[in-house]
Amino acid sequence: MSPLLDITSLDVDFGGEAAVRDVNLTLDRGEVLGLVGESGSGKSVTALSVLGLLPRNATARGSIRLDGTELLGAGERALTRIRGDRAAMVFQDPLSAFTPVHRIGDQIAEAVRAHRDIGREQARTRAVELLDLVGIPEPALRAKAFPHEFSGGMRQRAMIAMAMAGEPDLILADEPTTALDVTIQAQILDVLRTAQRETGAAVLLVSHDLGVIAGTADRVAVMRDGRIVEQGTAAEVFHRPREPYTRQLLAAVPRIDAPREPRPPTGGTVLKVRGLTRTFPVLKGTVVKRRTGTVYAVDGVDLDVRRGETLALVGESGSGKSTTLFELLELAAPEGGTVELFGQRLGSLTPAEAKALRRRVQIVFQDPMASLDPRMPVGDIIAEPLRTQGADRAAVARRVPELLTQVGLDPAHADRFPHQFSGGQRQRVGIARALSVAPELLVLDEPVSALDVSVQAGVLDLLRRLKEELGLAYLFVSHDLSVVRNIADRVSVVYLGRTVEAGPVDEVFARPRHPYTQALLSAVPLPDPERERERQRSRILLAGDPPSPTRRYDGCRFRTRCPLYVQLTVDEQKRCAHDVPGFEQDGAACHFPRARTVL
Amino acid sequence: MPSYLVKRLGYHAVLLLAAVCLSYLLASLALDPRSYYEGRQPPLSPAAVDHHLTALGLDDHQPLRERFLHWADRALLHGDLGRTIDGTSVDAEFGRRIGVSLRLLLAGTVLGTVAGVLAGAWTAVRQYRFSDRAVTVISFALLSTPVFLLAILLKTGAIWFNQTTGTDLIQFTGEKSPGVDGGFWTVLGDRAVHLLLPTLSVALFALAGYSRYQRSSMLDVLGSDYLRTARAKGLGRRAVLLRHGLRTALIPMSTYFSYGFLALFTGATFTETIFGWHGMGEWFVNSIGKNDVNSVVAVNIFAAVTVLFSGFLADLLHAALDPRIRKTS
Ligand SMILES: Nc1ncnc2c1ncn2[C@@H]1O[C@H](COP(=O)(O)OP(=O)(O)OP(=O)(O)O)[C@@H](O)[C@H]1O
Ligand code: SF4
Ligand SMILES: [Mg+2]
Repeated sequence: MSPLLDITSLDVDFGGEAAVRDVNLTLDRGEVLGLVGESGSGKSVTALSVLGLLPRNATARGSIRLDGTELLGAGERALTRIRGDRAAMVFQDPLSAFTPVHRIGDQIAEAVRAHRDIGREQARTRAVELLDLVGIPEPALRAKAFPHEFSGGMRQRAMIAMAMAGEPDLILADEPTTALDVTIQAQILDVLRTAQRETGAAVLLVSHDLGVIAGTADRVAVMRDGRIVEQGTAAEVFHRPREPYTRQLLAAVPRIDAPREPRPPTGGTVLKVRGLTRTFPVLKGTVVKRRTGTVYAVDGVDLDVRRGETLALVGESGSGKSTTLFELLELAAPEGGTVELFGQRLGSLTPAEAKALRRRVQIVFQDPMASLDPRMPVGDIIAEPLRTQGADRAAVARRVPELLTQVGLDPAHADRFPHQFSGGQRQRVGIARALSVAPELLVLDEPVSALDVSVQAGVLDLLRRLKEELGLAYLFVSHDLSVVRNIADRVSVVYLGRTVEAGPVDEVFARPRHPYTQALLSAVPLPDPERERERQRSRILLAGDPPSPTRRYDGCRFRTRCPLYVQLTVDEQKRCAHDVPGFEQDGAACHFPRARTVL
Repeated sequence: MPSYLVKRLGYHAVLLLAAVCLSYLLASLALDPRSYYEGRQPPLSPAAVDHHLTALGLDDHQPLRERFLHWADRALLHGDLGRTIDGTSVDAEFGRRIGVSLRLLLAGTVLGTVAGVLAGAWTAVRQYRFSDRAVTVISFALLSTPVFLLAILLKTGAIWFNQTTGTDLIQFTGEKSPGVDGGFWTVLGDRAVHLLLPTLSVALFALAGYSRYQRSSMLDVLGSDYLRTARAKGLGRRAVLLRHGLRTALIPMSTYFSYGFLALFTGATFTETIFGWHGMGEWFVNSIGKNDVNSVVAVNIFAAVTVLFSGFLADLLHAALDPRIRKTS
């Protein structure tokens, strides 16, 4: 039988520049093909060419046949008939992928009607059924919502519903979970598998995340610089990769089940946070602002960082991680709770003491491009904190080359500008800038999440080395638990602005006690097809989205999504509903903590 | 949604009141009606000048505060804007001229806006093709042509047209031919013929501006992810461009509509003068020349009301077009 999708010798250029070269792929009916590769390797371009959705400045050559029909070079009219009907697409960023001015239900109904001769009402009904199928609660009501009223996860569900509308033979999913938190990612992958089962469609799953691919794909193709370098069954590619590049890629992925070296003993406490809170007013009105509500962004965070130690602060988006960092870096009295930096309590500092403290704490930001001034040579960027601290010319001239060498950059490049460096090198510049004033505590806000895995591995190695050489302490914010396992000594998990569990990484990852930590760890996909499929069967799927931080909760705030709660007796449930579970150092904020192995 | 609009309406009412009061104060400070009477031939006696000024409520021996309070009481509480410097009623003059100006502005604005939006959207879709470049060149030429020059060019064109065809099909002086009477249709036809050129000059100006804004807003939308999604669903080109593209690209335009109206009003001052229409714009120019405070204030009220009303319409439009602001406000 001929394959459903047959791509042969596909070349794509953008104004003469090669983006995709000689790509050959086939996809059988009902099969899931994973397409992996690093940023810019040509994954999206390949997927977009199938439906003729490339930007206007692109030219494609070769052949793409869907069920025998040639698509490349087919007219817009012919492609329109196929799009959504024979082959549908799921895009990455679900907010920008929906038209903001039309209701979700209407946009799905539109997809239903695009290829079926049915009435408006019938199409609406079908849209509601589809929303129900992808697990949107109260689908009839939610169909009337606008895209901005949906959370990221719900929008991605709706996107999948829309792709299912035409009962396609092929679903092209381009990074369908990349913008989402792990627990939501687990939900969406589940929905995608449901969609595939329901429609019997073949899926081309594009992702840079090897874990996501491992759990879903039957076959895998690895892309690099516009070419397919390796192709085979999932087991072959993951366990017996032939190409050095594939091996390198697999080796660079931090794994949540990786063995860990014993950690060196650590020194005295440098940062101690107890019960930190921070609220923001919700304002309304154009001329006269009125306060109509409160966002409880941070609502009880505890942290302990010791010298020579990396504490990872883990939580999903909106859980208050960044707000916590900003509160610490303000060096002012916190709104609630206490913060002690190097034994000094914030709020009672003289300006001179504050200035001295500022030197001892430095930050590295997530997005290396956005945090470096594009018009400044990196030498000046690195020297800036030094100058603010009043260093003289000679000291600056001595320190800058020293720092560049320290972070693995060429000191001769000090007069280059940020755009002349790669993403990983820019992050090294950011680290050098932070190190320039010889800090003792480095605060790192998602320092590697914008980087490709191989580059990420290099930066993580650098951070580890610097910590040992300089005896630094790190407060490392991340949403990626595999990275945390790779770099951190201790971990602190926050949910909805509150610390729910903390402890040594080995301890917490091996025996998580809080149901939320368990769900979080269980949601992380492993880049190992067999083990990942096994994990899928026992995966703890959290229902719904994190609740709104604009209200206060009686009792345990995780209750609405807690998988353990539903198994408790009525009396036990009462306790969860009325008493706020307390948090003690290295404990779990749960009334019924049960250690459970999820890795 | 209604509460949002009620709030906006209240906000606009406050602004209007402030604008009216300020324009009275400003006009009283800047204009000198006494000089108008003193320059009269044959000369008036100082007592007669004072008498005229007192009758108008503009006696500059009285402190400004008192004049203002007096004026505010009359104008704001009783709706009586007083007398013009020639002694006729401002209210009556207002009533006569407002219709003339609105007829001129409304048709031109509506026509120009619709045509501008369509032209902008169309050129965005055809970016860098010949038609796009042609429209771009024409709009920039129009935008950089002063209104009065445009009006004179149109007039010259009309004269040429009438001469070559040997008719007087296009009329360009006044709003009607003197002495036309006959049935309803004859009068209507005569008025329409007179409206042609002034409307065109207002419309062309609006078209040039809006087509630029609409083009750039449409270009943003054309590159957006959701347009790609709409195509990926298998929608036809028309549905993609109109229902998803233009529909969303109209949102930022609603802001321009309100401010654009002010520019049009300014332009209309010239248009009226050149085409011999006795509207608000002409009145404004004349009354400043005569140091006629009460008339200047009246025209300012008209301008403020049109601008704020179009601002309010823009708010309505914005709320109607964009579901995101309806919910959050
Ligand atoms: N609109 C465009 N104009 C010019 N070049 C483009 C355009 N889109 C993509 N490219 C180029 O094509 C190549 C492949 O890009 P593509 O988006 O397919 O990468 P990708 O593998 O999907 O990466 P990512 O993981 O970042 O999504 C890159 O070199 C990119 O710079
Ligand atoms: S306290 Fe109750 S609801 Fe909260 S996490 Fe523990 S078991 Fe679940
Ligand atoms: Mg991509």
